[in-house]
Amino acid sequence: MINGIHDLNKIVEEKHLAEKENQTIIKVSMSTCAITAGADTIFDYFKEVIEREENDTIKLISTGCMGLCHSEPTIEVTLPGKKPSIFGNLNVTKAEKILKDVKYNKTHETDVFMSDKLQKIVLKNCGFIDPENIFEAIGNNGYFALNKVLTSMKPQEVIDEIKLSGLRGRGGGGFPTGLKWQFAAKNKADQKYVVCNADEGDPGAFMDRSVLEGDPHAILEAMAICGYAIGADQGVIYIRAEYPLAIKRLEKAIMDANIHGLLGKNIFGTDFNFKIRLKYGAGAFVCGEETALLHSMEGKRGEPTLKPPFPAEAGYWEKPTNVNNVETYGNIPSIINKGALWFKNIGTEKSSGTKVFALAGKIRNVGLIEVPMGTTLEEVIFDIGGGIVGNKEFKAVQTGGPSGGCLTEKDLDTPIDFDNLIAKGSMMGSGGMIVMDEDDCMVAIAKFYLGFTVEESCGKCTPCRIGTKRLYEILERITDGKGCLKDLKLLKDLSNTIKRASLCGLGKTAPNPVLSTLRNFHDEYVTHVKDKKCPATVCIDLIQFTITDKCIGCTACAKACPTEAIMGRAKEKHFVYQDRCIKCGACYNACKFNAIEKR
Amino acid sequence: MRCNNRLKDEYFTKLDNFIDSLEEEKGELITVLHKAQNIFGYLPLEVQTHVGEKMNIPVSEIYGVITFYSFFTMTPKGEHPISICMGTACYVNGSENILNEFKRELGLKIGETSNDGKFSIDILRCVGACGMAPVVTVGKKIYGRVKADEVVNILKEYN
Repeated sequence: MINGIHDLNKIVEEKHLAEKENQTIIKVSMSTCAITAGADTIFDYFKEVIEREENDTIKLISTGCMGLCHSEPTIEVTLPGKKPSIFGNLNVTKAEKILKDVKYNKTHETDVFMSDKLQKIVLKNCGFIDPENIFEAIGNNGYFALNKVLTSMKPQEVIDEIKLSGLRGRGGGGFPTGLKWQFAAKNKADQKYVVCNADEGDPGAFMDRSVLEGDPHAILEAMAICGYAIGADQGVIYIRAEYPLAIKRLEKAIMDANIHGLLGKNIFGTDFNFKIRLKYGAGAFVCGEETALLHSMEGKRGEPTLKPPFPAEAGYWEKPTNVNNVETYGNIPSIINKGALWFKNIGTEKSSGTKVFALAGKIRNVGLIEVPMGTTLEEVIFDIGGGIVGNKEFKAVQTGGPSGGCLTEKDLDTPIDFDNLIAKGSMMGSGGMIVMDEDDCMVAIAKFYLGFTVEESCGKCTPCRIGTKRLYEILERITDGKGCLKDLKLLKDLSNTIKRASLCGLGKTAPNPVLSTLRNFHDEYVTHVKDKKCPATVCIDLIQFTITDKCIGCTACAKACPTEAIMGRAKEKHFVYQDRCIKCGACYNACKFNAIEKR
Repeated sequence: MRCNNRLKDEYFTKLDNFIDSLEEEKGELITVLHKAQNIFGYLPLEVQTHVGEKMNIPVSEIYGVITFYSFFTMTPKGEHPISICMGTACYVNGSENILNEFKRELGLKIGETSNDGKFSIDILRCVGACGMAPVVTVGKKIYGRVKADEVVNILKEYN
């Protein structure tokens, strides 16, 4: 049972004492993506060797995500008194070698790319501590902020501190967090709720998963702080059922916190009670919208309702409820510990602090990064992300997922913050950043996103339900080669109507991918409808395979063709019967002489 | 023909025990449906009616909830359910080709289960392992950086 600051300090002290011993620490990153890449095999290998040799000079820790998805599996090795080294792309052979070096008390330099532009607040413990061990969390300042709040601050002081910090909601909206707390605190009720939105539905974003897998206690602590500030004694985490590892670690964290008295009744000997439970989502993007999320939590269809009333007045079971996203909560303990002004000094004037981004797509260093607000897109994509895979040409970056837009080369010098991205026609969103290269067709990308919103539209309001479907049909017409110039105007008009008339955030932002690609890649649309060509050679109805003079007649293409559309004698140039060709590209992949042209 | 999809009584008992163990039934429909799908593998009408009677909720409402969420299914999945991620990161890294390869190899469309009940194909919207795109899941196992010519080998693991 942890009763106060003395107990917390004791755990920190014990941790430092343990570290002073002559022990090498090996940390294996064990997040979902690392395990996919084989981190569990590496962990088991180390564990097996250490146990077999009864080696107590090595301490093995499984941690959350270090953010280095491009080099998974990754490990961090720290020799006694030395700086840590990080190794990527581990396999058992490499692990064997590293272990040998460790025994002779030597390690090599870090062999994966680490940018010095990162600044970690939310991710500070991810990849650093064992998320399943509550003492590791406490040993790294966990629950100190909760102690400080409960023992030395009044609820209003907490809210003022968050307001002063300038923290804005990281789920996408960017609404000032302190203000949201104030609304929920102001409304009197016999029961209030604190809700954590962990329904990360945006495809291409995995920040929340990584935080929950890497540092679940920080989120529990922040929710308890929020509970104290607004006067709630119950918290609910609404989490995607698709994240089994995050669920498992959260369940363990909640259980441990309850056992040690950091959640439950009379926390730190005060009269503050707070309990947290999990509720599972079931795969609906619209549940990222707070009113839809609350309905889903009540076991109903996740349909949004008109605001007002806001959740702060009538939320979960019609009681005042504060809903924040995982990353927003992740900032709270640090703000309380280090002060609002410290936080306010990071980032830009109107968007303080840092932002976590999930870099993915055609980028070299795919991974999870946290940078101060105000960092430019260029720094993120080229300095941190390492540029485009295979030295291809950068074409666009999609921020904000299906609700955001595509930004191009001319926007690369934009300092990233909430307002700048909106001004450029995109949005921050939850922090997914998908990089695209010259091989991506922007019309097809817009169609892809619309396909997503058509499926995810809840169907409650007409502009979104029917409008997105019609938008999708027009885009399909264009990629099928049946579009005309009038369609482009129709796309724009319809998009603006949907934006204006839809009920919730999903519909209001659904046309953004269309509008931003129309604006930035107008020529590409025109080529599709006028010349019936797809410059990126993605839209299969608009491309043609032909065989050039480079053909030596090896017959590989003819053998690969599933429809016998390629004819020609051996050792003579072959040719394609266009009306038989189904454009599967099998010949293109089979040819070793670059003799097949895709246009 | 398959006749092994008769629902067992013990499964219903298991579900009833779970419902009885809840502190409060109010608002727990989705929790119960998760459990039911976990037990039965899918949510046919028979299960929906049972849950409705047990929790005193109209079956129409339960049907509405099940069809609203993509996680719930009313058709049985294969023994090794295959899901191809069609999230943005996977899409730009060619997951459509992977999907087509699975469809061709198994002769199935999205949402279908093979005649022997072994495989089923579905698409999903992001498992959050975007760093490993394109991603395919078979049962609980996740495959990362999948290439189209590896599809045959993945299927072989389950044959």
